[in-house]
Amino acid sequence: MDLLRFVTAGSVDDGKSTLIGRLLYDTKQVFEDTIVSLRRASEAQGLGEINLALLTDGLRAEREQGITIDVAYRYFATPRRKFIIADSPGHVQYTRNMVTGASNAELALILVDARKGVVEQTRRHSALTALLGIRNVVVCVNKMDLVDSSEARFRKVEGQFRQLADHLGVEHVTVIPMSAVSGENIVHAATTMPWYEGPALLEFLETVEVDDPAQHGALRFPVQYVVRPHTTTHHDYRGYAGTVASGSVHAGQEVLVLPLGVRTRVAGIDRYRESPGCAQAGDAVSIRLEDELDVGRGNMITDAGAPPAVTNRFTADLCWMSDTSKLLPRQQFWIKHTTRRVRCVVESLDDRLNVPDFARETAPAAFELNEIGRVTVRTLEPVFVDPYATSRDTGSFILIDVATRRTVAAGMMREALGEPATA
Amino acid sequence: MTITAIAEESMRHRELDALEAEAVFIMREVAAEFERPALLFSGGKDSIVLLRIAEKAFWPAKFPFPVMHVDTGHNFPEVIEFRDRRVAEVGARLLVASVQEAIDAGRVVEESGVRASRNRLQTPVLLEAIAEHQLDAAIGGARRDEEKARAKERVFSFRDEFGQWDPRNQRPELWRLFNGMHVKGEHMRVFPLSNWTELDIWHYIEREALEIPSIYFAHERDVFERDGMLMSVSPHLPMLPRETPFRATVRYRTVGDMTCTAAVASTAADVRTVIEEVAVARVTERGASRADDQFSEAAMEDRKREGYF
Repeated sequence: MDLLRFVTAGSVDDGKSTLIGRLLYDTKQVFEDTIVSLRRASEAQGLGEINLALLTDGLRAEREQGITIDVAYRYFATPRRKFIIADSPGHVQYTRNMVTGASNAELALILVDARKGVVEQTRRHSALTALLGIRNVVVCVNKMDLVDSSEARFRKVEGQFRQLADHLGVEHVTVIPMSAVSGENIVHAATTMPWYEGPALLEFLETVEVDDPAQHGALRFPVQYVVRPHTTTHHDYRGYAGTVASGSVHAGQEVLVLPLGVRTRVAGIDRYRESPGCAQAGDAVSIRLEDELDVGRGNMITDAGAPPAVTNRFTADLCWMSDTSKLLPRQQFWIKHTTRRVRCVVESLDDRLNVPDFARETAPAAFELNEIGRVTVRTLEPVFVDPYATSRDTGSFILIDVATRRTVAAGMMREALGEPATA
Repeated sequence: MTITAIAEESMRHRELDALEAEAVFIMREVAAEFERPALLFSGGKDSIVLLRIAEKAFWPAKFPFPVMHVDTGHNFPEVIEFRDRRVAEVGARLLVASVQEAIDAGRVVEESGVRASRNRLQTPVLLEAIAEHQLDAAIGGARRDEEKARAKERVFSFRDEFGQWDPRNQRPELWRLFNGMHVKGEHMRVFPLSNWTELDIWHYIEREALEIPSIYFAHERDVFERDGMLMSVSPHLPMLPRETPFRATVRYRTVGDMTCTAAVASTAADVRTVIEEVAVARVTERGASRADDQFSEAAMEDRKREGYF
C-alpha cells in the first residue's frame, strides 16, 4: 500500500503533538514561513525554542488553551510512501474524535509516557483501536530521556502493553522507545539506546505491510448513482456508478442484486473513456448489467455465492456522539449504511462498555456522549448486513437525528437477527 | 529511468488512483444527496482538477450540476479567458457571481485605501449567489494541507442559515459515510480534494495532461515588491510612493484576485519543471503568494467562520 493512513492517540501530556511535529519537521515537510509563524507563536507563549506541538494545533481556541480539540489531518511523504495522519485528541471527552480518526486508519500510534507506563488512557485508546478494527498498533514509549533511556523501564512498559494487546486481540504490535522532544527514534535512530535494535518510527511506517482485508473479501458494490446519458452516442446506456467496497468484479461475472434478489451477469465495467475488464476494492467505476432491472441508489450488487444477510434487525456496537441529547431505547433515527438511507429504531440498549476495565454493564438506561455499547437496531426497510469485523465498508453505519439531521452515532454491525419473537 | 525512479513513478500512480477514486466517490455522493449542487470553478489549478474529477465521475454522461465562479472583477484576464473556454469545452452551464455588480448595486461596500482588496467581498457575494440559485451544496477545491484551519474541516462541511462555519460544532465524519442531510436554508460545502497536497495536484495535472492558465508558468511581467512579495502592476492595485515597478520572470503558485495574489520568481516553463520546483519549495503556497492569509495567526479560520470558501 502506497498510501498509509494512521491515527495517533495520546492524552494532553504524552507529547503527541510534539511527536507529529517532529515527524513533519525532521522529514523536512515544514515550510519556512510555517516555522517563522511557529517561532512567533512560541515566543508569544513565552517559550525560548520552537514548540513543535503548535504545528498541529490549528484552531484559535486550541492554541489559546494548549489542547487539541478536533481531529486534524496532516500529510507527509517520503520517497517510499505517502502518509495521512488523523491526529486525534485522546482525552475521554474526545472519544468521538478518536473514533472518527480511527474509522479510516489502517494503523494506530498509541503514545505512552515512559515514566507512567500503561495508564487508563492507554487502555481506552487500545480498546477503541481494537473496536474500530485496526489490526496494526505501534506503541510509542515516549520521554525515554526522562527515564535515563533505561532498557529495564522500557521492557516493563512493553510487557504491560503486550498483556493488554493479548487481552484485546490486537494482532500486530510494535513497541518503540523514543523521545519526541530530542527526536530520538522518530526519524533518526537513537544514539542513547544502544540496547534497542528495532527500527526508528519513520522507518517502520515506511516499510510496514498493511493487509487490506477488503481486497480478498466477497464482492460488495453499493450502487451510488445511476448514470443515464440520454445522448445519441450512448442512447440506451445505463451504468451503476459506485466504489467497490470489497472483493473484485469482472465482466461476465454472475452477481446477485439486492434487495431484488435477482441474479444477473456483469455486461461491462466502465471508467472514464475506457472499459477495463475488472475492478477491485477501492476502485470507483460504473457497472453495466446484462438484464434490465429496476436498480437504484442504495441497492447492492454482490457476490452471487456469498451475499450479505438481508435483514430488518441486527446487533451492533455503537458510539454515541451527540453532546445535546442522550440515546434512549426505542428512539428513531435515519441510518446511513453504505449508500442506503432508511428509517430505523434502536430497539434496545443491550449493554454498555466500561472502556478502561472492559467490563460490560447490561441493559443500561441510556448512552451519554462518548459512551459505547451493544444495541439492537430494527430498520423500516431491509439492510444488507456484513459484520464490521469482516468488512469495514459494508459493516459500518451512522445514525442521523431526525430533527436536527446531525450525525449522532457511529455503529459497527455484528450480527443479523431474525424478526423478534413477539411483534 | 533508473529502477528507483520507475518504482517511485508507479507508487505515485497508485497514490493518485486512490485519491482520484476517493474524490469521484464524494462527487457522486453530492449528486445523489443534494437537489441543487454547483461546482465552484475559479480557473485555478485545484478547481481544474475538480472539474476533471466531475467529468470522470459521471462519464459517459455530463456532470449533473452547473459551474459557479465568484468573479471579483480583479481577476487575471488570462484566467477569465481560460475559464470561459474550459467551461464551454465540458458543456457546463456557468453561473457568475459578480462582486462588481454587487458593488454597483450597493449590496456590498468596496474597501478603500491602497491596500483595498475585494477578497473579503467574495464571501457575501458567494452567500448571495447560493441563496439566489437556491444551492444546497457548493463543491470546492480546497485542500487540508493549505492551511491549519482547513486541516480540521470536514469533507462535507456544514453551513448554517447564515452560511457560517462553526469549527467547534462540526458533524462527526466517519468511514465513507458522508451525511448530506440538512434543512432548507442550510447548505453544505463539499471538498473532494481534501486529502490532496499541492504536489499531488501538480502530478495529476501532468498525468491527465490538463491545460492550465498560462500565468502558472514562467513569464515576464511588470511587478513591484510589497511586504516581501511580488505583486503584479495593475490598475486594480495602486503602488505606494516608495514602491517601484520592475520587469521580472515570474510565475503564480496560486490564482486569485490580482490585489492579493503574489507572483514568485521562477523560470519553470512547463508542468515538469513546476513539479521539480514545488518538490523542493521551502515556503507554503499560501505563504508565498497569498497576502490575505498574512494578517493574523487565525486569518483563514476567521474568514471561514464568516462563510468564505
